Amino acid sequence: MSLLRSLADRDRVFDFLVPAASPVDVRHGPILYLEDVTVSFDGFKAIDGLDLTIDDGELRCIIGPNGAGKTTMMDIITGKTRPDTGKVWFGSRHDLLAMNEPEIASLGIGRKFQKPTVFEALSVFENLELAMAADKRILPTLMACLTGEVRDRIDEVLATIGLAGLRHRPAGILSHGQKQWLEIGMLLMQRPRLLLVDEPVAGMTEQEMERTAELLTGLAGAGKQSVVVVEHDMGFVRSIARQVTVLHQGSVLAEGSMDRISHDPKVIEVYLGAEEAA
Amino acid sequence: MQSRSWLLRPFSERSTQLFIGVLLAALALVTVLHLAVPAGHPLNVTAYTVNLFGKYLSYALLAVAVDLVWGYLGILSLGHGAFFALGGYAMGMYLMRQIGDRGTYGDPVLPDFMVFLNWESLPWYWQGFDMAWFAFAMVLLAPGALALVFGWLAFRSRVTGVYLSIITQAMTFALMLAFFRNEMGFGGNNGLTDFRDILGFSLRNDATRLGLFIATGVALALGYVICRAIVVSKLGRVCVATRDAEARTRFLGYRVERFQLFVFVISAMLAGVAGALYVPQVGIINPSEFEPIFSIEIVLWVALGGRATLYGAVIGAILVNYAKTVFTGVMPDAWLFALGALFVLVTVFLPRGVAGLLAYRFKRQRRSSDDTATPQEASA
Amino acid sequence: MRNFPLPWSTTAQGGAVHADEVRIRTPWVLLMALAVSLLGLAHAPSTLAQDAEAVVLLEALDVDDYAAKGEAIDAIVSSDDERARDWLQALLDGRLQRTDDGRFVVVLDNRGRDWPVENALTGEALGEMSRRELERIGINNALRNQLRSALAVVDLYSPDLERRRASAERLLGEVDDDLSGPLAEVIEEATDDRVRERLSLALAIHRLEQGELEAVAELEGSLHPEVRVALNRAAQGDDPVLATSAGEALRGIEQTLKLNRAAETLYFGLSMGSVLVLAAIGLAITFGVMGVINMAHGELIMLGAYTTWAVQQLLPGQPGLALILSIPAGFLVSALAGVAIERGVIQFLKGRPLETLLATFGVSLILQQLVRTVISPQNRTVVTPEWMSGSLAVNDALSLTLNRMAVLGFALLVFVGLMLVMRRTRLGLEVRAVTQNRAMARSMGIRATRVDILTFALGSGVAGLAGVALSQLTNVGPNLGQNYIIDSFMVVVFGGVGNLWGTLVAGLSLGVINQVLEPWAGAVLAKIIVLVFIILFIQKRPRGLFPQKGRAAEG
Repeated sequence: MSLLRSLADRDRVFDFLVPAASPVDVRHGPILYLEDVTVSFDGFKAIDGLDLTIDDGELRCIIGPNGAGKTTMMDIITGKTRPDTGKVWFGSRHDLLAMNEPEIASLGIGRKFQKPTVFEALSVFENLELAMAADKRILPTLMACLTGEVRDRIDEVLATIGLAGLRHRPAGILSHGQKQWLEIGMLLMQRPRLLLVDEPVAGMTEQEMERTAELLTGLAGAGKQSVVVVEHDMGFVRSIARQVTVLHQGSVLAEGSMDRISHDPKVIEVYLGAEEAA
Repeated sequence: MQSRSWLLRPFSERSTQLFIGVLLAALALVTVLHLAVPAGHPLNVTAYTVNLFGKYLSYALLAVAVDLVWGYLGILSLGHGAFFALGGYAMGMYLMRQIGDRGTYGDPVLPDFMVFLNWESLPWYWQGFDMAWFAFAMVLLAPGALALVFGWLAFRSRVTGVYLSIITQAMTFALMLAFFRNEMGFGGNNGLTDFRDILGFSLRNDATRLGLFIATGVALALGYVICRAIVVSKLGRVCVATRDAEARTRFLGYRVERFQLFVFVISAMLAGVAGALYVPQVGIINPSEFEPIFSIEIVLWVALGGRATLYGAVIGAILVNYAKTVFTGVMPDAWLFALGALFVLVTVFLPRGVAGLLAYRFKRQRRSSDDTATPQEASA
Repeated sequence: MRNFPLPWSTTAQGGAVHADEVRIRTPWVLLMALAVSLLGLAHAPSTLAQDAEAVVLLEALDVDDYAAKGEAIDAIVSSDDERARDWLQALLDGRLQRTDDGRFVVVLDNRGRDWPVENALTGEALGEMSRRELERIGINNALRNQLRSALAVVDLYSPDLERRRASAERLLGEVDDDLSGPLAEVIEEATDDRVRERLSLALAIHRLEQGELEAVAELEGSLHPEVRVALNRAAQGDDPVLATSAGEALRGIEQTLKLNRAAETLYFGLSMGSVLVLAAIGLAITFGVMGVINMAHGELIMLGAYTTWAVQQLLPGQPGLALILSIPAGFLVSALAGVAIERGVIQFLKGRPLETLLATFGVSLILQQLVRTVISPQNRTVVTPEWMSGSLAVNDALSLTLNRMAVLGFALLVFVGLMLVMRRTRLGLEVRAVTQNRAMARSMGIRATRVDILTFALGSGVAGLAGVALSQLTNVGPNLGQNYIIDSFMVVVFGGVGNLWGTLVAGLSLGVINQVLEPWAGAVLAKIIVLVFIILFIQKRPRGLFPQKGRAAEG
């Protein structure tokens, strides 16, 4: 019978019934607000009473040792994983726990995965075209055609991520770093309010890393995007971070500027210690 | 380059122009050779052959429908035989009602098998099938509705990959068992047969058969254009994106399950049309069309022709079925060996099919960039 | 246009005997019969004196008056002739006949045109005789009853325990006034508990029929159909006290019967489920570990079944030994075939599960056609050894067939064996590692390719075992595998991929569900309902009953 109920619950069958996403309300402060979130897999608590607040326009770095719950946190925010308890709010109007992935995405939360995933069979241009903020219902998608405006927007992003010369090549032939940029570019096409970036510089060369740092710091800012970066590479974090949050065993261990964090004895013990000493 | 109307877009593509041109030329050629060349002449195409070609063309349309979901959406449906058969049954019911009182038992309303089973009156779901428009609408709606319900249940639960293949197979198997039951009211084991005429034309007439052949050809052309229009649209690119990275597409804000459902339903309807055109040409529809093996065979046609090309599906369907006609005539025992070997060889050695071979040749001559999608090796 | 044999259709089997064969054989047979009867005459003088008495007994039967015949039967019963039983039985079956020349013969098999007969006096085979040469000694219904009772009494004194028991069994509901006296004596003397119990029951039924109220108490709790018939009659009888009491006893019995019927359904369900488990568990291993759908799995089952058949052909007359030898042989044959499939096809399709599905489907077509061409398109019968045929009677209403029980036990044994392999051996550890995370396992030095081959051999070998077991339940034919492949998939998907417990629970429960549905829905509809149920179930729980959880499974 629960099946029947869920059949009745799902009123999302018809596109036209879905209200257009209302803009995020940040008048009362933070753009993202997590309170006492807990999730466990088979008894193992991946996230344990996590509290986190991201302000509008902020660029936040989140660090932590392996298994600290960074990726799971991203999964929760984007609706891939449901927490056992806790609250997750986007602005002061949207309860993210009541929404699914596409709904959250269309609210303006973009995510870049740890492993770069671009559509390898499609060209760089087409990748960006699909990512673009547009009416993403079926019939409009079927009848959509490329307007000059759209082309200009794509060209602009292509220039930002430095892939203008490769626009008609399939994304599958791009190098690892280029795929990372393409993915960031796809996020930009969505015109998100909040960007979640998971390990953007893993496997990149020095130059690519610098270029990525520029890209990310350029994105964040009041009235533009808020950016949350999860990263392992301390050098990279130091080069971009203003605010840093340290996760450990599923909850926040410390929060503050990079300088303060790197002198916090708790942090040194669980995470930085090993790295700084090396 | 892009036309305003989405349905007309494919006509600006060279590949579609070529395909439609070849298809129409073939239709015209067969018609001329059938009508204008006297019987007995080596170039004469007999009514039997016209009928055979018509059957191949309806299979080709079915293959195009399967390619749309498998090639571009990554959904390996092992249930398209069921949609094909449902369309066929809808047409069969219409043809049964057209028999009127000319059946063996002479009942003006009830088909022979119902009289034989001592049924008092026509079941409710047989009502309306005496009207052509209603029956033809059901050709689209019956498979469409099944695909809608089934697809909606499957896609919203994110059943994909081999799981989806298995449950589509279970679906067609369950339907086969159901249609074998006499109580279902579809003629059980024997199915529907002994058709007389369609839209007033006698099915035993050579001219009607030629007409059906041409109609099938036109339906194939239309189906191809519709599929092509979907494929070259942004929706087609969303499909390819879903095929290669479903989660990523979701995060971009596309409701993947609805796109899957939309394309799945369109494909099921095309399969239904193919079935409806098939039935009057072979003169029978029975539950064997629901056999799982048939549905898997359709996939082989597509694989042999070349996935995600549409025209490859047409080539594959015609090649395999022609081979089958030849084989089963000459050495019937060997056909299953040949078919089995074909499955293995195509998947192992020819993952891009015949179309892949053709495309490889063309690409050497000119590096074209107008092909939107190239088939992926990985099919997860 | 398609000419595949349907998976559910059984190939029509030719049963016609060629007419000319019969025509040629007849005179030759007649000659043989003549020769044999001459031989019989030559022997006759030595036993003639002893048989004179017997001939008189039999002659008395060949009269027109049925009352006289009845007396003749009584005479035979009290004659103490050791052949009496056979005569009475033959008379009852209409097989005691007289030839044209006046000899008494017993017809051994009265089907067809010519019947094999033997001399009723000497027991000598007389070859075949035409039915026109023979005349039957007729009986009527009254005599038939008399004969049955007579036979029962004769048998109750037989030295053979089984015969005594069978006879006591037959007497239920057959006791009349004439018999009740002698029976009471037999009960006194009977040494066997079962004989005594049956006879008491038979007497109690008789007493109930006489209107005795106490008999009801004795009949209570018995599940025998004759008891129910008697109680039913009493419940509708004229005596109101007896009727109420019988009615109550009947209700009690019905209640117990219901439980028994439920137990029987459960047994059949578990039996069907055990077959599903056997068929699916190999698939669960290959699918779970390699993520590969092996559509030829059903044909590997078929190979196991054909191996059983072949071993039986090699060891004629020893079906038991052959069956036991088939277990390792079936495992080996299917395992080797599985390795061939893995090496020949699947290894080239790594990471392309849908293509693997298609390719292995091709292999399944080839294997089927191979069996059709090399062996035969028709079904082969595999003999069930004696110790596996028959059934175990729990009580009068419930008996469990031994072959199904053996398959059930075998399935559980295979399951436990597989569990041990998975839990206790190095291979099992490696298999589980590869199932969880192939890349990680590989980087830890596990040779994934070797694990693939061994897993596939194991899964295929288990399919072979399933085939050996199936050969004891169904006909062995080229379509055997096809009938099980979809069900096997359903079980694996229902149970949760990569989980042996899930497969066990899913297989057994699907079997039981099917059997529970069958009585009111019919076999086909029950199957459809189960399929639809699983389709809906997968929508709700895409990863089955017992899904693998955690990060690795999410990927």
